[in-house]
Amino acid sequence: MEPDSLKSVIESLLFVADSPLSLQRLSAVLEGVEKAEILATLRALQAEYDAPGRGFRIAEVAGGFQMRSSKENAEWVRKLQRGKPTRMSRATLETLSIVAYRQPITKAEIEDVRGVDVDGVLTTLLERRLIRIVGRKEVVGRPFLYGTTAEFLEIFNLKDLSDLPTLKEIEGAVVPEPPAGESSPENAK
Amino acid sequence: MTTKVQLEIFEGPLDLLLHLIKKNEVSITDIPIATITEQYLATLELMQGLNLDVAGEFLVMAATLVHIKSRMLLPEEAGVADEEEEEDSREELIRRLLEYQRFKEAAGDLERREILGRDAFLRVSEPAEDTGTVEMETLSLFDLISALRHVLDRFPEESFHQVTLEKISVREKMTLLLDELHRLGTVVFQSFFERAGSRMEVVVIFLAMLELVKIRAIRARQDQRLGPILIELAAPVEELHGRVAAEEIEGEDRGA
Repeated sequence: MEPDSLKSVIESLLFVADSPLSLQRLSAVLEGVEKAEILATLRALQAEYDAPGRGFRIAEVAGGFQMRSSKENAEWVRKLQRGKPTRMSRATLETLSIVAYRQPITKAEIEDVRGVDVDGVLTTLLERRLIRIVGRKEVVGRPFLYGTTAEFLEIFNLKDLSDLPTLKEIEGAVVPEPPAGESSPENAK
Repeated sequence: MTTKVQLEIFEGPLDLLLHLIKKNEVSITDIPIATITEQYLATLELMQGLNLDVAGEFLVMAATLVHIKSRMLLPEEAGVADEEEEEDSREELIRRLLEYQRFKEAAGDLERREILGRDAFLRVSEPAEDTGTVEMETLSLFDLISALRHVLDRFPEESFHQVTLEKISVREKMTLLLDELHRLGTVVFQSFFERAGSRMEVVVIFLAMLELVKIRAIRARQDQRLGPILIELAAPVEELHGRVAAEEIEGEDRGA
């Protein structure tokens, strides 16, 4: 395919996609085109849209590429949407952070960190599809284990879990490592 | 007065402690236990007095704080074991606070990212479904309670010799508050209480404010750290009067 046509085709595909398009998926559709070439074209498009004056850009989230409106125009878009935004409380965001950095994690372990019941908050997060049940912990009671979803990555503009910023050191004090030995996003960066 | 206000924003004992630590401008690793314990207990007392739901966790923490404080005040006891134990409680508390603080900061960082549905949008959006925006409240319940304590300080404990017992209803105050905000726009927290005649009235006004925050009729914010708390309407006033009229206020006898 001609480089110009390739750019045009990828643009159309991104425009129409209803979820982030992975390189894999693009490659499947554009059979015969080298992944490297697709990636290079994507980067070129990204650079074009990143130039000032464009109303949309290509974000890299949840393992794929997605066209979204420029954040500078947020106010205008909200006006068009006229939706009633529900606010996410501080409690919900804190719980979500704990799950994001410590996953997989049980309700009791989350409550240990927050010092308070998280039942209602977990329900909200599950309903919003920001977290999901990823399994059960093999201890007495076999409680559910929670983890974040691809939707979480999409909403918070993250490529993948390792894209989460490192947890900060507070007051220079050494904070003990999480109890689980498994690799977690907290230790990734 | 039996109006019971249960706030959806449920904040726990660690949250309260961090709030007090911030207010006192001390560091987590070096908490003045006596002062913090005193303020913590005073806040719990006030919350109970306001009939706010004080969960068990708050009381457990109160006991822990008192325990740590008493261990520190007792003269050195013989036996290394005791010393270690007392160090442990305090260390454990500090560890928990530091850990929680990390996640609070992480939550703040998440909130500041470019968020889909708030800052950037998709071509295909689902307005029908509540995808929900991410907006963190800047003010906590405890900031409001602290501010309330200052207001109450101006009204000494009173005995009741009122000749006429005026039934001041929370619902009425809610309507009055909305009208005042409609007239004046943004108002400083303290000014709502300027014309209050009694401690009771102060509390009723405060409860009305909490109810309004709960149904998202008004917003409370604080633009500078430790600056004045500002209150404003969160929607057009006509719509809000409708919401107040429809709202179920627990304990209220609507037949009256």
